Amino acid sequence: MSTTVIDSDFIREILLEVKDPEIPTISIVDLGIVTDIKVDGDAVYVQLTPTFAGCPALKIMEQMVRDRLAQEPGIAKITVETTFDKQWNTDMITDAGREALLKHGLAPPKHHEGYLELDVLSDTPCPYCGSRNTTLKSPFGPTLCRSLHYCNNCLQAFEGFKPVG
Amino acid sequence: MDFFNENHVNAAKDLLYKMADDQLIIGHRNSEWTGLGPILEEDIAFSSMAQDKIGQSEHLYNLLHELGEADADTVAFTRNANQFHCCQFVEFPIGEYDFSLVRHFLFDMAEYIRFEMLTGSSYENLARIAKKYKGEIKYHTMHANTWLQQLSHGNEESKARMQSALNDCWNLALGIFERGEYESVLNESGIFAGEAELQEKWLETILPLIEKAGLSVPEKSEWSPVYGGRKGFHTEFLQPLLTEMTEVYSIDPTAEW
Repeated sequence: MSTTVIDSDFIREILLEVKDPEIPTISIVDLGIVTDIKVDGDAVYVQLTPTFAGCPALKIMEQMVRDRLAQEPGIAKITVETTFDKQWNTDMITDAGREALLKHGLAPPKHHEGYLELDVLSDTPCPYCGSRNTTLKSPFGPTLCRSLHYCNNCLQAFEGFKPVG
Repeated sequence: MDFFNENHVNAAKDLLYKMADDQLIIGHRNSEWTGLGPILEEDIAFSSMAQDKIGQSEHLYNLLHELGEADADTVAFTRNANQFHCCQFVEFPIGEYDFSLVRHFLFDMAEYIRFEMLTGSSYENLARIAKKYKGEIKYHTMHANTWLQQLSHGNEESKARMQSALNDCWNLALGIFERGEYESVLNESGIFAGEAELQEKWLETILPLIEKAGLSVPEKSEWSPVYGGRKGFHTEFLQPLLTEMTEVYSIDPTAEW
């Protein structure tokens, strides 16, 4: 019988199972919105930060984190909080996260390191064929985090996860 | 906020009310394009911007709540028009698409610069939010400027419409920068450099873009800012908007979906 040590690495590990409700291939950890984890005995604190201030999935994700933590027998006290203490940007998405976006048919956001203009968004490779011969149709898409593009090579419309600074 | 004395708290509240109310009302106006946009992408763009701005207003109302005001829903949904601090510019009906686009350009540019200035605020909770919002609003200003340039260089009709909308919007836009009673407190406490500085930076930013579009703003002698909104004086357009916005809340304040 092995005993599980509940520490922040363990919490981060189990939170990999909590997926973005709008993009079910990516975990909230890989999305980069888990900005702090503190463990004190059987008390666990998880801090989240919004991708977008108007994201309707915020409250749902908080609840999903609470529900997942509640399944662990060693955790008695759960605190989940959404703050702007560390502001999210798309450079916080992990490499695994970028793979997961691609798997969902979403072009991953370009690393922008603070520089964000339309040309950055226009340079989005097609998630289906990989061609860079694409056209930005609109910086606004079906959810706040997505943009609309068209691939001139495989002639398909596609969505991108847009870079945010 | 331990660095606040009471005067600082009142100044911060005054600033937050202005910003939150602007966001909520322009957000509601933007949402009125949902289903009516001239092309699908524009319908989605204005709907997305509406969602951004209303979401942003919520977190600003949350800051007000931290400073002792009622919770976000109560503040947003239970006040009458004369208790709102938005500028009159945001409450005007959406009109034709040219008016909405030019308002979008003038207002969002001011908003972007305001949040950029606030990233260095001594009021840290506001500075953090400002850093976040700046990244979101960047997309709004890119969108606005793209259309300003495209339509102004489109054909005679599109250019004439953009110029005419700019003329109609100008004095209303100057009303964004109505000075409040706490300008010096905000400035001295490092919370916010103030409306005068914001207006100056805004002019420096937008005038070259307007020139690039081949449009012109009215002669300076004709500038006559439309003030009043920050002090609760509003046009006849605000109350009907609020009545519509709060229709569900009025029927059932505990309704959820």
